[in-house]
Amino acid sequence: MLVIDNLSASYGAITALRGVSLEIHSGELVALIGVNGAGKSTLLKTIAGVMRPTQGKITFQGEALIGRSPEEIIRRGIAMVPEGRDIFASLTVEENLRLGAFVRHNRTEFEKDLNQIFGLFPILNERFHQLGGTLSGGEQQQLAIARALMSHPKLLMLDEPSLGLAPALVDQIFDLIRVLHQQGTTILLVEQNVDRTLDIADRAYLLHTGRVQISGTPQQLRSHVDIESVYLGGEKQ
Amino acid sequence: MFTVDFFINAITLGSLCALIALGLVIVYGILKLVNFAYGELIMIAGYTIYLINQSIHMPWLAMAGLAVLVAMLTSYLTELVAFRPVRTKSLNAMLITSFAVSTLLQNGALLIISPRARAVPLPKLFSESIRLFGSDIPWRNILTIVTSLLLLAILTLLLKRTVLGIALRAAADNFTMTRMLGVPANLVISTAFVISGLMAGVVSIFWIGRTASVTPTIGGSPLLIAFVATVIGGMNSLVGAVVGGYVYGLIFSILGVMLPQSLLDYREAFMFLVVILILLFRPEGLIRGSGSGERVG
Repeated sequence: MLVIDNLSASYGAITALRGVSLEIHSGELVALIGVNGAGKSTLLKTIAGVMRPTQGKITFQGEALIGRSPEEIIRRGIAMVPEGRDIFASLTVEENLRLGAFVRHNRTEFEKDLNQIFGLFPILNERFHQLGGTLSGGEQQQLAIARALMSHPKLLMLDEPSLGLAPALVDQIFDLIRVLHQQGTTILLVEQNVDRTLDIADRAYLLHTGRVQISGTPQQLRSHVDIESVYLGGEKQ
Repeated sequence: MFTVDFFINAITLGSLCALIALGLVIVYGILKLVNFAYGELIMIAGYTIYLINQSIHMPWLAMAGLAVLVAMLTSYLTELVAFRPVRTKSLNAMLITSFAVSTLLQNGALLIISPRARAVPLPKLFSESIRLFGSDIPWRNILTIVTSLLLLAILTLLLKRTVLGIALRAAADNFTMTRMLGVPANLVISTAFVISGLMAGVVSIFWIGRTASVTPTIGGSPLLIAFVATVIGGMNSLVGAVVGGYVYGLIFSILGVMLPQSLLDYREAFMFLVVILILLFRPEGLIRGSGSGERVG
């Protein structure tokens, strides 16, 4: 579904991605793990059209994505939930979700979609008319994911959804991601919580200083890599 | 001292200032750009009425309507032609561009029409009064208040009830995220500029309604008022702009009544003194905004 070929990207003089290649097939949950600064968020931003790569190709369902604006990327079916949630604090939950459905163009679908969303995130029903800024961290994360789902994405990209959440909420989020995966959503999950991520992923890539160090199934990654040293930022074995 | 006359005057001025400030903030909230060419939209609306009146005979209301439309169109075009190309470069580039547009428009009017004031026709109603609450209240003031409140109501409806309005508010909160949800950046920005033009156009009608004339520099005073009102009310919120406008109107009117005759000429100086005091205690303005200060790029 998504093919990334030899992608490189920089922030000015700092190269964040060096020749990264990866693939995601329909229905997969692919994980991108690595320490801070490894380039995971940069990769997601480049796919989402927020950043321009310096070289390489991104192909989604046969179409080239490079050079397209963020508005066009989501129209092609790729939704991103950025790091830090980025929900609209001055808008209500309802308004946040309405914007999530912006690309849908179909008013009647909105009610149906809402019911599905409430099934997955009952708390959002309770807080429907509250301002996004008054929600707790965990609720905001749920809102951010719900908002992305409103666009019926073909590929859902999550950038560190468990960041800054209490352990109980982390469980909730990972459960949710697992459920979404089971329902058939293709997911690209960027996380620093390596253990939990490898528990639910189909395949994973380990990114380090902008390069793919290891890729494969969770078992392969677990056996080849010292997970603790990844977590704490040490060199791979 | 605080008679019916006073209150009507204060609310009239406040309503006008609220609209002025709103037109400025609606663009600032999304682009983080202070549009220095905003005052010139008022000038252009005024000259539109003058020019139409010179050439053909048209009912005043139609001329006023056209003037507002011209202001909206000019605002839209300045964004398209001047600001959009430099939008991704830097905020400074946009700021300097707005100075350039302002200078171009002012001097354009100066060269093409005249550096001297030109008379603008006003409806007879603007010089008539009505007896209400024991006072003679100018129709002009009543119309200003009613039109302003109507415009504020329409704008509120647009922002709260339509998807476009929600998108505008979201863009002021986090522009990049709004684009990532599929909202076209250009649509949002153009809409903000058109609304800005609408405000300027309506303000122009009532501003010129007080002097019955238009000059190339007529936009300077309203622009300054817009700055002051937004600074008082808070630059990051539309509610702040409206509150700032009414507070400006109220304080300016109070000063007009309370200052001794000898100091009346310095009313503006006292106004700024009050603004300084407000800023000392509330630097972000009276209304706290939710804007994160993120600039669009």
